[in-house]
Formats: sequence, C-alpha cells, structure tokens
Amino acid sequence: MNESASSRSRILKRLHGIHSQSRFADHPEITEPQSPSWTTEEKISRLKSMMESVHSEIHCCSERDFDTVFRKVADEKSIASLLYAKNTQLGSRIHSLKQSTPEKMPELVNYDVTIETMKKRIFSIDASITETLGGIAETGSLILWPSRDEPRLMSLIPPIHLAVLQAEKIYNTFSEAIDEGRWAEKGMPTNALLISGPSKTADIEQTLVYGVHGPKQLVVFIIQ
Amino acid sequence: MSAKANHSPHRLSEKAFFESSGSALKDPKLRRNFKRAMNGLMEKRRDIFPDASELEETRGRAGGIRRKTLAYFPELLEKLEANCESNGIRVHWAETTEQANQIVLEIARSTNTRLAVKGKSMVSEEMHLNAFLEKHDIEAIESDLGEYIIQVVNELPSHIIMPAIHKNLEEISQLFQEKVDPNRSSESAEEMTATARLILRQKFHDADMGISGVNFAVAETGTLCLVENEGNGRFSTTLPKVHVAVMGIEKVVESLQDLPPLLKMLTRSATGQPITTYFNMISGPRREGELDGPEEVHLVLLDHGRSKIYEDELLRETLLCIRCGACMNHCPVYTRIGGHAYNAVYPGPIGKILTPQIEGIESVGYLANASSLCGACVEVCPVKIPITDILLRLRRNRVRKKNARHWTDLNGGKSLMELMTWKGWKQVLSQPSLYRTQASLLSRIGNLLPAQIPVLRQWARSRSLPRFSKKPLHRLVEEAGIDHE
Ligand code: SF4
Repeated sequence: MNESASSRSRILKRLHGIHSQSRFADHPEITEPQSPSWTTEEKISRLKSMMESVHSEIHCCSERDFDTVFRKVADEKSIASLLYAKNTQLGSRIHSLKQSTPEKMPELVNYDVTIETMKKRIFSIDASITETLGGIAETGSLILWPSRDEPRLMSLIPPIHLAVLQAEKIYNTFSEAIDEGRWAEKGMPTNALLISGPSKTADIEQTLVYGVHGPKQLVVFIIQ
Repeated sequence: MSAKANHSPHRLSEKAFFESSGSALKDPKLRRNFKRAMNGLMEKRRDIFPDASELEETRGRAGGIRRKTLAYFPELLEKLEANCESNGIRVHWAETTEQANQIVLEIARSTNTRLAVKGKSMVSEEMHLNAFLEKHDIEAIESDLGEYIIQVVNELPSHIIMPAIHKNLEEISQLFQEKVDPNRSSESAEEMTATARLILRQKFHDADMGISGVNFAVAETGTLCLVENEGNGRFSTTLPKVHVAVMGIEKVVESLQDLPPLLKMLTRSATGQPITTYFNMISGPRREGELDGPEEVHLVLLDHGRSKIYEDELLRETLLCIRCGACMNHCPVYTRIGGHAYNAVYPGPIGKILTPQIEGIESVGYLANASSLCGACVEVCPVKIPITDILLRLRRNRVRKKNARHWTDLNGGKSLMELMTWKGWKQVLSQPSLYRTQASLLSRIGNLLPAQIPVLRQWARSRSLPRFSKKPLHRLVEEAGIDHE
C-alpha cells in the first residue's frame, strides 16, 4: 500500500470510529431561506445596479438592435482585435456581422485551436465576446459554462470581456439557478463560473483597484 | 525563500509571543495600519447585514449546513473522492504536512515542473509549501497581490483574507521600488497593481503548474470551488498544464445547494461584499476535444490533526470554520497586536483555537490564553463557532497537561503579584462598605493618578488609562431611581 492509501485508511478509520451518537447529536433543522421572486423587469434592474456598482458596463437592447449597440461599443473602446467562438450562435452572428460590414468591425480571432498553440497570440488580443448560461439578480452575477466551442480562458485573458445575457435567463438567486438548471442531475462542466464584475483587488491599503489579473472591463449586453 | 521557514510555529515559544506582542503594541504605525483596516472591514460587514434578525437566520442556516456536513464527515469525504475520481481528478491523502508536501513534489517531478504559480491558499501556508518547493529547486510564485507582496519580503500573511494588511501604501511602494521593479513608477495603488499584473501575467504564461486552495469541495458532484476577486485563482487553475489543489479535509460540503448560503456568508462576513468577482467551480481536467484547461488535476486532502479534533464534540466545532476572517476583524486583541505577533499561520481568534490543536497544545497552547474572552468573535462568526468555550477548554487541557513542577503552576501559572491582586479584589468586593469607599475614592481622585506612577507605568505603556466616572455606578443607579433588585 502506498503512503497516500495508508493515510487515507487511517484518517477515515479515525473519523468512522467516532460514535454515531456523538456525530448525529441534536442538529438544528436547516431552514429554507425566503427566496425573492422578482419580475423580469425587476431582475434586470437589480442585476444592472449590482453589476454597475462594481464597475461593469451594462447595455440593454433588443435582439434586433444588438448589432448596432455592439459595433458602437467596439468602436468606442477602440477594440482592434476580438476573440470569439465561431461555433456558437453568438459567434456565427459576429462572424456574419464582420462579413456584412467589415470596415466597422474589429479583426476577429476564432478560438479554435488548443491553448498551447494560441498562448502567445491570446495575450495580445484586445477583447473577447462570450455567451452566458444566465444571470443572477440577487448578487449581480453572470453564469458562464465554458465548453468545447467556447473555452474557459476567453473570459479571462483579454483585457475587455463582452458578455451577452438573455434577459429571460436571469434567475432570482444562485440557488434557483442550480435548481432550475438541474446542475447536479446534468453533471457539471469542467469549469463553471460566476462572474460579477471586472477583476479587482484591495490588497494595497484596502484601495479598490480594478483590472488586476483578469479583465479590466466587463461589458454586458442584456437582450430583452 | 528559506526565511519563510523560520516562521514555522514549531519554533515558537510563549516568551517570543509575549515579546512580539509587546513590541507590536509599542509600534504606533502598525497599530494605526491595523486599526484603520479593521475599522473599515467592520463597517463594511455592518452595512451589508442591515437586518439583525435576517443575519441571525442566515448564520443559523450556514452553521447548520456545516454541522450537517460534519455529521457525515467520513461518508462525504469518501463520496467526494469517488466523484472527483470519476471526473478525472486524482485524489491524494496526507496525514501530515510533510506528506502533503511530498505529494506535491512528486507531482511536480513527474510533470517536469520548474515554475509553479499559486493562488491564495492558507493550507499551503500551513504546509510551508513554498519554502519546501524552493528547497527542491522549484520556484513557487504567489499570484494573489497581497500574497505576492509578502512573498517579496519573506513574511507570513498577517490576515487570512488580506495578507498584506499590516503594510501601508508607502511601505508597499518602497518595496516595489526596491525589490519588484525599480524602473517603473510605483507610487499609487493603481501603478503598483499594473506592475504586478505585467509581471504575473508573464509568470502565468510560463508556469508549468498551478497550485490553489479550495474554499468548498462538493461531494455530490466532485466539484472544487474557489472564491476570489483578482482572477489569479482562475489563471492558476486554468492556464498551466497541471493543477494541484490542496485542501484541509473539513472543506467538504454535501451538495451544490449548500454553496449559495455558505458563499453568501463567506463574502459578506469577510469583506462586506455581496459576492466576489469570481466563483470558480472546477470539476475535472480538460476533456477530450476541449481547447484549454489543465491536462491533470490533483486534489491533496490534508488532515494535519483535523481527524483528531473531530473526536471531541466541542473541539469539533473548530472544523466548521469557513475562513472568513471576521473573527480577527472584530477581535480587540488582534486589532492591537496585529497578525504577525502570533507568529502563526492562522492569527486572531480562529488561530488561537486552531493552531494549538494542529501544532500541539504543549508547544503553542499559550495562544489560547491570548484572549480576554470578550466574545466579539463568537458574535460575528458566520457559522457560530463557540470560540470562547473552545478557548476555555484548551486552557484547561493545557493546565492539566503541564506538570506541577513549579508552585505557580498550581495556580494556573499566575504570578505572585497577580495572585495578590485577585485576593485583594475579592476582599473588597465581598465587603460592601469597603467597596463603596474604594469606589467613591477612585471616582474623586482616579483621574488624577498620573500614568507614570510605578504600579501603572508598565500597564499604561501600551494602553490608554480608562476614565473614571464622576459618580460610581451604584450612585448613578440610585439617582436614576432604579431599585436595588
Ligand atoms: S472562526 Fe468563524 S469568524 Fe473566524 S474565520 Fe472561521 S468562520 Fe470566520
């Protein structure tokens, strides 16, 4: 038996050795929290104000207006190169946008090879755009569920992260998202994430500074 | 970084603790830094919990979830292991920190690791992992900004959430100039953050291995969760080819649904934030066809005395801790002496109960004495750990363990002066007339006593003298018309 295995059996033996009466002694009942149930409008406004309070930028628009709003943001932020995932719905939309109005669009970089091949390049891209699985109104968070098509580093390395959120996919709470999305039954992806703003730190004299290791800016398009 | 190893609590002594806390008390800059920081953190926590009854309810729920977890502790660990393994995470068990270090080293060797980037992890501090890897020619770089700062100057974290809180802007700016990048301007927090971003992005890019802690490990799905604001945890666990997560075995929880209330209490109690920027849920290495993520994920489960702590019903509650740091933010002792005076990995109230239990009550049991038992920590602890009860138990255990070799030990280690003082106090308190005379005397002349007189001098050196009220309490009560009973 190797060392890890014998440590394992000693640790577990000690824990199992505790008399069950002592282990299960009077545990208080765990009450269910009162869960808010907001309307879609309320959820949007809650999420928006929570996220804005930590320096995220929120644009609400209709499905139809997205192209215009997106191009305006890209232009204002002088985004010259954009990392995207061509195989997603969003990706193909961005792709056709580039084809129809190439002069008004940044250079597109498709994330379709492994990070080992992309590594150098990815650190020099200005921005990325990703879909989201949903949002959480209570805490002002986006749920990201990276996949083969939309790898996890997209939302981390480029200094600007643009994320698209469907308004009807905003849950009241984290707990509701787990339940309704049936996360436990469906099984988790290799890396699920809640993102609630651009990266930040307060490690120097408690001064809040945005953009430490991850994105310096987070822009969310809420599609109504 | 061998200096770091010198901080090992094994070499600590009660005498050294008295000396270091004494000199911390006499360091006005340090006291200012801590006071300002702790006041800020307390205020933020207060603001995010405006409703006292709701707070009580949430604490009850969070504590209940943690207690339920401990009731099924071994079963949940087995389930966690099984589900992690079926997700492709390799699980290792270590009884001691030496074993845990050895496991990390073996993984590093088998993957040809030269450079490891680290996310913030208190368990890795407990292991003194950096110093260990360094000895074996593996560079381990802290990437949390606060941890990075203290690594540059070879110090222990002074706070479990804000490791560099003992330093002010000026001091950090100076160390950036001297040790990080003399060519860049490092005056403001923004400039220093930008410098660190540049340096550490290169390290993330180059690293062979990422090392992280774990805030919660979900048994039901084999998911490792990390709570952070900076994104360095995400970098460390995503970019390098190998990810090693180290966790104390008590970090297990049963289900995904346990996460929301615990996360809520953790971020709110720690820094008054409704949520952190990132909540990272990792359930395995890169899958077939995926383009990024580590190729190997390892989980090191560290015991280091925890299964022993579990044996006792009261002491077991120590394992409920979610490491939010609220107990230190609210601790009058911690705020005055700062995190380094304890010379231990975990400072403050949680450290006083945890350190003696994992490092040995004979060697560091004195930490349990460094408390006035005011109970501020118990009031704020999000999982309701009875810290003061545990402190008292540890004190008792320690006294029992000590041999009564010296006569003072019969009195729990009290000095002659202390004994006499308590005797006199008892006399006064048990005779109403004596008590009244003393009280009215003190209320008249108490404030005139100069801090320099011999009996007070030593006491007042690191404290401000209290102000005596003009009228004793019993007089005030009489005047207010409140009856004796
Ligand atoms: S003992 Fe309680 S207050 Fe202190 S760090 Fe642990 S959970 Fe937080």
